[in-house]
Amino acid sequence: MDLYEHQARELFEEHGIVVPAAEVTDSPKQARGIARRLGGRVVVKAQVKTGGRGKAGGVKLAADPAAAELTARQILGMDIKGHTVGKVMLAQPVDIQDEFYVSYVLDRAAGRFLAIASAEGGMDIEEVAATRPEAVARIPVDPAEGVTSATAARIADAAGLPPQSVDVLVRLWEVLVREDALLVEVNPLVRTGDGRIMALDGKVTLDDNARFRQARWGSEDTAHEDPLEASAAAKGLNYVKLDGEVGIIGNGAGLVMSTLDVVAGCGARPANFLDIGGGASAQVMADGLSVILSDPAVKSVFVNVFGGITACDAVADGIVQALGTVRLTKPLVVRLDGNNAARGRAVLDAHAHPLVEQATTMDGAAHRAAELATTA
Amino acid sequence: MAIHLTKESKVLVQGMTGGEGMKHTRRMLAAGTDVVGGVNPRKAGRTVDFDDRAVPVFGSVADGIQATGADVTVVFVPPAFARSAVVEAADAGIGLAVVITEGIPVHDSVAFTAYARRKGTRVIGPNCPGLITPGQSNAGIIPADITKPGPVGLVSKSGTLTYQLMYELRDIGFSTCVGIGGDPVVGTTHIDCLAAFQDDPDTDLVVLIGEIGGDAEERAAAYIREHVTKPVVAYIAGFTAPEGRTMGHAGAIVSGSSGTARAKKEALEAVGVRVGGTPTETARHVLAVLEAGR
Repeated sequence: MDLYEHQARELFEEHGIVVPAAEVTDSPKQARGIARRLGGRVVVKAQVKTGGRGKAGGVKLAADPAAAELTARQILGMDIKGHTVGKVMLAQPVDIQDEFYVSYVLDRAAGRFLAIASAEGGMDIEEVAATRPEAVARIPVDPAEGVTSATAARIADAAGLPPQSVDVLVRLWEVLVREDALLVEVNPLVRTGDGRIMALDGKVTLDDNARFRQARWGSEDTAHEDPLEASAAAKGLNYVKLDGEVGIIGNGAGLVMSTLDVVAGCGARPANFLDIGGGASAQVMADGLSVILSDPAVKSVFVNVFGGITACDAVADGIVQALGTVRLTKPLVVRLDGNNAARGRAVLDAHAHPLVEQATTMDGAAHRAAELATTA
Repeated sequence: MAIHLTKESKVLVQGMTGGEGMKHTRRMLAAGTDVVGGVNPRKAGRTVDFDDRAVPVFGSVADGIQATGADVTVVFVPPAFARSAVVEAADAGIGLAVVITEGIPVHDSVAFTAYARRKGTRVIGPNCPGLITPGQSNAGIIPADITKPGPVGLVSKSGTLTYQLMYELRDIGFSTCVGIGGDPVVGTTHIDCLAAFQDDPDTDLVVLIGEIGGDAEERAAAYIREHVTKPVVAYIAGFTAPEGRTMGHAGAIVSGSSGTARAKKEALEAVGVRVGGTPTETARHVLAVLEAGR
């Protein structure tokens, strides 16, 4: 889960990292009051979970409270790479002398975190890394040790950061560990004219798996913009909306991803990702079908289940029960394979629903579902 | 021979007395696994009856090892307790810890995989279906009755895709199938398994199943070029997955240009690996390669 800049700023502040004075709002009128409190002159920053907002006009300097209101009005509601701006942050301008880059990121291959730091902050770090790799220091962090003052000093030294940044590096590691973050990035970390080290902009990604021990994470953080995704999430379904016409239900993330690919290979576009897990109970099947059938773009539905732990006849019973509670409005192609596949197919044959047909292979079923969707 | 798990393996189950633990211990026993005990400090000294076999419960992994000579543990404990369960098993000197538990915080996985490595314990998982050596032993939740022993080794990030390929190739059979798990940080990688299969006399061919996210498949390709002489056939899932969205597996997310299915496929094909467009086509490649080798 990615945090907004203003949420990252708050976390940094809680952990003793110096950040600019700032407030967040969704109202231009309030923006004027905030600007007045912050001393008149402010930077107005769009709060969106995507990069490149500066280039898109989402970050502007306002000279006084009236200008802040006007600027907030322009930025609120703006579309930045498909993200609608719902809030702006107003921050006190900072007298920047130097700009640096620091982050802790997960190094998946090594199974540990990596400190990345550079004295050339403020711009796209990937570009700096590509064009001048020697300007970017990468220091692996020992999981047992974490980032001590000594480690932080090593990182600062390798990257050419000033000695005052050592304290920030240690505190930033605390943010990563205590908040169960997978990424903390400060870009830029700045040295101000009066010599202070300040985090001017930050990005934090939290680990959804840690929700059970991070009680204060709010539900707003998981808000879904798409109504179908919201309705699926309310039912506890693992659903992602896509731009196609073949609805997909399957068991297991890998098999469902594979199903999307096979359908795409047949010349149709998958309408969604939906993993109903190993059990594939009647209730989950019914919930999944009802979400997919309420997507107006869907022309056909492909149910692709491999009976491993759950036998296919149990899955077929689940489908039949689900068809008793959900009114099927679009053709359903079912492929059951694995344990008790023959018995499962017999259950569906006996039910003989006019909109349900079966295929014995995944590829055959995908072809049929694609055909039904493109000729409908 | 097989890799990491044989009929000689003596298996403990941490979390055996929970719902999933009970269900899958029964299945493991039915598949021939020598389950020698469960671990639960609150139920130490009791036994649990599974059909015709009474399995003792130990208060700790160390007690279980001392009493039975166990060398493998399968971990079913809830996410909040997984870290201490693996640390305990590593401290007790277990050789292999198979972590089935899904939803473990990444910081915990980083900590326990590093800790186990220092102690000489191999971790498979977390968030994985485990591994099976058909006809010998099954440590985890892979269905045992959909295939048979044979010459194919399989390593996969995904559970159901593993089952799909096991089933497609049920007439050929497998030496060992390892589900390494779909999380961003796992204890055993594709490369670890490729190395073990290369050295395993029972394995003639390796099936590698990958999916979007990270660069494990690209690294595997580089390893294959240098170290693997046995034929490798691969399948990659996630060509149509949109950028920046998680598809069920915490690790399956594409950001920017790296980690895409296309990049992985191209990296593997560049080192002579045949990559199937669908699971079924992948199975056909396996048959063709085995046929050509006869």
